[in-house]
Amino acid sequence: MDCNCSCVHSDLSLMDEVLDTYADTKGSLITILQKAQEIYGYLPMDVIRLISDRTGVKPAKIMGVATFYAQFRLQPVGKYLIMLCKGTACHVNGSDLIEKTVTETLGIKDGETTPDGLFTLKNVACLGCCSLSPVMMINDETYGRLTPQKTKEILAQLAEAAKEEKEHA
Amino acid sequence: MPKIVVGAGSCGIAAGAQKVYDALQTELAGKDGATLSITGCNGMCFLEPIVDLYDDQNNLTRLVRVKAQDAEAIVGAALSSDLSAVQDLVISDEDARFLEKQTRIALRHCGVINPEDIDDYENTDGYKAIRKALFEMTPEQVIEEIKISGLAGRGGAGFPTWFKWNAARASEGDEKYLICNADEGDPGAFMDRAVIEGDPHSLIEGMLIGAYAIGAKEAIVYVRAEYPLAIKRLEKAIQQAEEKGYLGENIFGSNFSCKIRIKAGAGAFVCGEETALIESLEGNRGMPRLKPPFPAQEGYWHKPSNINNVETFANVAWILNNGGAAFAAMGTEGSKGTKVFALTGKVRRGGLVEIPMGKTLRDVIFDIGGGIRDGKAFKAVQMGGPSGGCIPADLLDTVIDYKALGATGAIMGSGGMVVMDEGTCMVGMAKFFLDFTAKESCGKCVHCRLGTKRMLEVLTRIVEGEGKPGDIELLEELCYSVKDGALCGLGQTAPNPVLTTLRYFRDEFEAHINEKRCPAGECTALITYSINPEKCVGCTKCARNCPVHAISGSVKAVHSIDPSVCIKCGKCAENCNFGAVEVH
Repeated sequence: MDCNCSCVHSDLSLMDEVLDTYADTKGSLITILQKAQEIYGYLPMDVIRLISDRTGVKPAKIMGVATFYAQFRLQPVGKYLIMLCKGTACHVNGSDLIEKTVTETLGIKDGETTPDGLFTLKNVACLGCCSLSPVMMINDETYGRLTPQKTKEILAQLAEAAKEEKEHA
Repeated sequence: MPKIVVGAGSCGIAAGAQKVYDALQTELAGKDGATLSITGCNGMCFLEPIVDLYDDQNNLTRLVRVKAQDAEAIVGAALSSDLSAVQDLVISDEDARFLEKQTRIALRHCGVINPEDIDDYENTDGYKAIRKALFEMTPEQVIEEIKISGLAGRGGAGFPTWFKWNAARASEGDEKYLICNADEGDPGAFMDRAVIEGDPHSLIEGMLIGAYAIGAKEAIVYVRAEYPLAIKRLEKAIQQAEEKGYLGENIFGSNFSCKIRIKAGAGAFVCGEETALIESLEGNRGMPRLKPPFPAQEGYWHKPSNINNVETFANVAWILNNGGAAFAAMGTEGSKGTKVFALTGKVRRGGLVEIPMGKTLRDVIFDIGGGIRDGKAFKAVQMGGPSGGCIPADLLDTVIDYKALGATGAIMGSGGMVVMDEGTCMVGMAKFFLDFTAKESCGKCVHCRLGTKRMLEVLTRIVEGEGKPGDIELLEELCYSVKDGALCGLGQTAPNPVLTTLRYFRDEFEAHINEKRCPAGECTALITYSINPEKCVGCTKCARNCPVHAISGSVKAVHSIDPSVCIKCGKCAENCNFGAVEVH
């Protein structure tokens, strides 16, 4: 039955395989949440309730775990997730300037998503590519030795690629 | 047959190694006479992407900063053995010394073998040490050999490995676990990533030897989710080892059985602490447990468990193959063997450096790293990440040894070495680390949860020019109460970056508080930009790039900045081609 409230209605059947594999294995809550996030891009509330029903873990505990770890998101993210490294080497080599460039170019701050749903900015601790600092990772691709100019070019290229993709679709 | 080998660690790939590989593959298509493969990161990160050419006699020519468009020349050179077309890419003698000056044990195969090919590992004595352990040694003899080697935990604490193994072995019960901590969370450290990406089988072999020694049948690698390539290579390596019967039931036909599985972490620095890591493995919030009981008595699912980090395990097979005494022959009285450092920051040659203990910081930063970039002066080196501290220039001759580094107020830690020059503000550095620990505190202990937050507030107001007399004393008081009141290593060491900067750079704190001045010229609230009339040529570039129109001046006339309008964004300095914009 459809309701007119703002609650989400995810396709819960996508979780069947994950839950069949892990629901009865103790200690696998984090793995289940990781798989759920791979499927939906974030952790929708109705999926959290489903996980609770199947594993017997209380929703409050699941929320506790989901909010403890940096990896989990309770809101959808943009098409491109910008993970901006704020590690020590990147800090020393000017990651603040890169953050400012991203913020100015896209008009979003850490944790926010652009209104067109294209970019989400997330500051992360260290990506382990210190010798290429400052670094950002966008959807598993790492971009190093960034300058404000280079950062702007990368963002423009991605926006352009998304636009073309949309036109061809 | 000549070989073309592309260095494909995740940093190499970020620098363009994948594009180089693809271009080489296209160029080689349909041609016989040379093979193409990958290897892990050899640690010369400053020269990425790197391509190694081996001729028929296995002589190596190393090409650096390679681009995709060089592929044709490289393939031509490999096929004809005529290197003249790639001469410009060949590594300089000076850069080559970066590797020549190192002694590699943990990194022995990184950048040498193909990490995705188990045969390559076996051809370099791979899986020989585990056979030796299983068929020639008792578990007690393995532990004794590790004791002779003096190997200590490379993750940070430096606890003797044999002691942990022995304690786990001695614990009652036949269900025991061996865990590898690959949750490399220290910002500025990436040696564990390099080992897993470049030599995953040495980790597997080291873990198998550890599991045999303590009597575990199940082993788990807890890897950071931020390391997707490391997870992929390790998965592949485990699969290859299983197919060959090196993992699973009755390994090599012995009565020892052990399986290894991977658990991806979900992003929490505190999970580097062993009891928090165990909580996380059990699917909970990663909050540390009270010790004792230690994991060796009650760990994963309350069974005896042993946890070591990646670099520690990477040394184990070498020790069994070469003898503990050979490892102990390197180093100092209290610190044996070698240690890998991730040298980064303002250093000329940054990358992974493995050297015997007992060398000095100067050896690493100046002799191997080539000193500071852009002709600036060395100011300090940060060691040990958020748990460590900043070591100033006059202590550059400190030897690399757990005790000697500890005496400076810093720690050996996992081996992050971030070099800073005169343009780095040390108060800003202290604030940077507190910002990190305040965010990463799990919240269990009040002193850590609130103390780091209060310290961050004090540091923030100091860098913003709002510091008050008495702030330094307040910071010190908070430091000691957080140290005393925290349960785990995160809280106990969180004040170290503040304490060491206060110890060696107190004058910078005082300048910020009393004179509202940032000596390094980095804290935006405390600096002013001005244009040097002698250097300004009146090109108008700064004025055109100023977002708030704070710069006035006409073409070919000296420009000036209106400080009441300036927002100190630095765009003018960034855009000036004549170095005329100065920071005070």
